[in-house]
Amino acid sequence: MKLITAIIKPFRLDEVREALAEVGVSGLTVTEVKGFGRQKGHTELYRGAEYVVDFLPKVKVEVAVPTDRVDQAIEAIEKGARTGKIGDGKIFVTSLEEVVRIRTGERGDSAI
Amino acid sequence: MNPVLPVPGNTAWLLMSTVLVTMMAIPGLALFYGGLVRSKNMLSVLMQTFVTFALMAVLWVVYGYSVAFTGGTPFFGGFEKLFLAGITPESVAATFSKGVVVPELAFVAFQLTFAAITPALIIGAFAERIKFSAVLAFMVLWFTFSYLPMAHMVWYWDGPDAITDAKSLEAVTAAAGWLWAKGALDFAGGTVVHINAGIAGLVGAIMLGRRIGYGRENMAPHSLTLTMVGAALLWVGWFGFNAGSNLEATGTAALAFVNTMAATAIAVLSWMFTEWLVKGKPSTLGAASGAVAGLVAITPACGYVGVVGSLAIGLIVSPICLLFVDKIKRTFGYDDALDVFGVHGIGGIVGGILTGVFVSPALGGTGVYDYVANAVGEFDMLTQVVSQLWAVGTAVVVSSVVSFVAFKLVDLTIGLRVSEEDEREGLDTTSHGESAYH
Repeated sequence: MKLITAIIKPFRLDEVREALAEVGVSGLTVTEVKGFGRQKGHTELYRGAEYVVDFLPKVKVEVAVPTDRVDQAIEAIEKGARTGKIGDGKIFVTSLEEVVRIRTGERGDSAI
Repeated sequence: MNPVLPVPGNTAWLLMSTVLVTMMAIPGLALFYGGLVRSKNMLSVLMQTFVTFALMAVLWVVYGYSVAFTGGTPFFGGFEKLFLAGITPESVAATFSKGVVVPELAFVAFQLTFAAITPALIIGAFAERIKFSAVLAFMVLWFTFSYLPMAHMVWYWDGPDAITDAKSLEAVTAAAGWLWAKGALDFAGGTVVHINAGIAGLVGAIMLGRRIGYGRENMAPHSLTLTMVGAALLWVGWFGFNAGSNLEATGTAALAFVNTMAATAIAVLSWMFTEWLVKGKPSTLGAASGAVAGLVAITPACGYVGVVGSLAIGLIVSPICLLFVDKIKRTFGYDDALDVFGVHGIGGIVGGILTGVFVSPALGGTGVYDYVANAVGEFDMLTQVVSQLWAVGTAVVVSSVVSFVAFKLVDLTIGLRVSEEDEREGLDTTSHGESAYH
């Protein structure tokens, strides 16, 4: 099992959710986050006072998938999140040791 | 001679204008300022504005009206109308036309809102670092020794009915406020309200010192949405302030109304285009600031100039104010947090001086009315501008001295600033025990 963590542009969330649903991923967790990569921040100007804003708003999407579905899920996220412009985000994949469905106590792939 | 009675139309207009000016202060000014501070200080600014308004309203009916609007010296009125003594629903106050009066209580209420919003304007200069108790103490001192004398000097006179010939004009002039007698024109309070408050703001910003982290930390406004709401309420309410200052619902009120609209509109555009050109983007805060600068500048002029004059005043004021809030403030390093001096002080000075120029009948203005001849008199621009400079200079001097002494007294007794720890945490929780947002 793998945990896919994707940092994406906030307005691409719906596309990513739909693309994931198409490949059979039916559950995900979303968090509003801030950060920067190559896009860096931007400058804001208020009555002449300049402020550099380093952290831009992003959305973090987390999905757990069985190992054999990882590539499909990654492709779906790429498809949904890509605009081709700087700041599209990143996808991190980590191994997942265990998953438990709390209601039934199921474990492993069947709990995803 | 039969006693002159107020006309219902005028009374209705004056009371309506009073409501509009109240709306300028609460919620207009409170939201305008509130949006400009960081979220941790939102409630402190709302509270300071709201409570200053309430405190000044009480002082006005207790002694403020009497000191500002009864005879005495040219600088300070008397005490015979303490607690509005002797004023009944039948009492009348003079207007600017012979044989026209309004209920004195309506005049008391209208002037109350001016006396209450003016000190509240100063709050923007020392926002985000002052003790709440220091605000209250300072306001009482400043209201008593700067606002009331200025209002008396500029606005107190016996009314036009007392003037019938050169000799009676001399008597009225001798009994009137000092700047009224100097022939200074201030239709709706450019000197009394805006220069007065703007200078107090500058003195306050310097004496309190800069906010911790000023120039290094991000102090961007937390909600320009609320600032825009506040600016819009100010614009709407200002029609009461300016057109209402005519006291009568006549053509001059409509003139003040049109001028207020035209000057403000062009000041928005003028600020926006200047900023767009110089800084690269037309900002929301710039548009809102332009509106306030235009409103301030047209205030002394609104009943005296023509539409060309009001357009010129609005066009000129914005770049000058922008220069002060951007370059001059940075060069001298004072932390006028929400630009009370840069917008109200400077805008007031620009408007006050230009009133003397554009009142000229040759430039589409009304000229100056001669109550002896009962017609518009001869106009000399140089004489008028000199009168205007007297008014501007007096406001600057009175407000500087009174503000300095008042801030010093408060500093020596209760202290001006909150502790460093409280300032970092924000005044909402440390001064008021609440937070604006959850």
